[in-house]
Amino acid sequence: MSATADDLTAQAGPQERFEYVLRLADTSLIAGQRLAALLGHAPALEEDLALGNIALDLIGQARLLLALAGRIEARGRDEDALAFLRDAQEFRNVSLVEQPNGDFAQTIVRQCLLDAWQLEMYESLAGSRDLQLADIAQKAVKECRYHWRFSAGWLVRLGDGTDESRARVRSALDTLWRFTDELLTPDVLDARMAVCGIGPAPVLIRERWQTRVRATLAEGGLEWPRHQHYRWHGKRGEHTEHLGHLLAEMQALPRAYPGVTW
Amino acid sequence: MTEDWVLYEVFIRSRSGLEHKHVGSLHAADARMALEHARDTYTRRQEGVSIWVVRSSDIVASDPQEAEALFDPARDKVYRHPTFYAIPEDVKNL
Repeated sequence: MSATADDLTAQAGPQERFEYVLRLADTSLIAGQRLAALLGHAPALEEDLALGNIALDLIGQARLLLALAGRIEARGRDEDALAFLRDAQEFRNVSLVEQPNGDFAQTIVRQCLLDAWQLEMYESLAGSRDLQLADIAQKAVKECRYHWRFSAGWLVRLGDGTDESRARVRSALDTLWRFTDELLTPDVLDARMAVCGIGPAPVLIRERWQTRVRATLAEGGLEWPRHQHYRWHGKRGEHTEHLGHLLAEMQALPRAYPGVTW
Repeated sequence: MTEDWVLYEVFIRSRSGLEHKHVGSLHAADARMALEHARDTYTRRQEGVSIWVVRSSDIVASDPQEAEALFDPARDKVYRHPTFYAIPEDVKNL
């Protein structure tokens, strides 16, 4: 990078801000859609409600963020256009959230790894120089605190539960751990947003995420999984095969019947 | 799965200053989960500001068979009702 000091202190441009907000928006949207698919299928009625509530929180965050992204882009795309009329390679969610629900342990592990990240992100973004983003983050952080409480509680319970629950949660951690590197490894855009005072310093997020997750794994008697370098770049639009299938289901109706309401 | 879960009774305080009221029951594996389930089941529409959960088995209940002995003797003692007090208009929730 050959940026001068002037470039680094410059205001963030609309294209950068649009991309950055899309990452947050799409991550919430896809995570919400995944959880919503579990409605009626959770292991107990009470868990069904809990997961459904979290899904609604996430989709609510996505709506606010997509609407903000649309305003920044200023090309007339609203939240619905952005959610339903983009193809997989235009989505900027982290690859973790598009991974399938699997068994309950996999759903919980995916949620837990995400919640720890979203919680730290939104806590920092609540003080963003972008005041509209800060507003959304202040609302989202309360929701994320509860999501973390829920998913971390389950991670400990499963880790500290029966032989079967421990085996399943370990297997889920092994499957999903490779996607955590993407959460914690900043790229050029993350670094730019930090310099512009819009996003948090990525190194801070990594440290806080690791502290939070480490303590919870320890409480559940679970080992810190072996580091796996990430090969997926969901936030740059390079996704695993799972996102296309999810979008096909999520977008079928609005694409078949443009502008439909009910 | 729910065979391992025990029954909890849920009490919600709808606003500060009011008492907790019994709203229902649910299953959970432990107290923390019971509180989370209560939050997700009974406060989704802003019903409360505080939650109590109590293991149903920890509640000591009166025996319906003893209802006559316990409650009928109060029936003819209307003088125990404080009906002769005037309640000031600005006192709510009494």
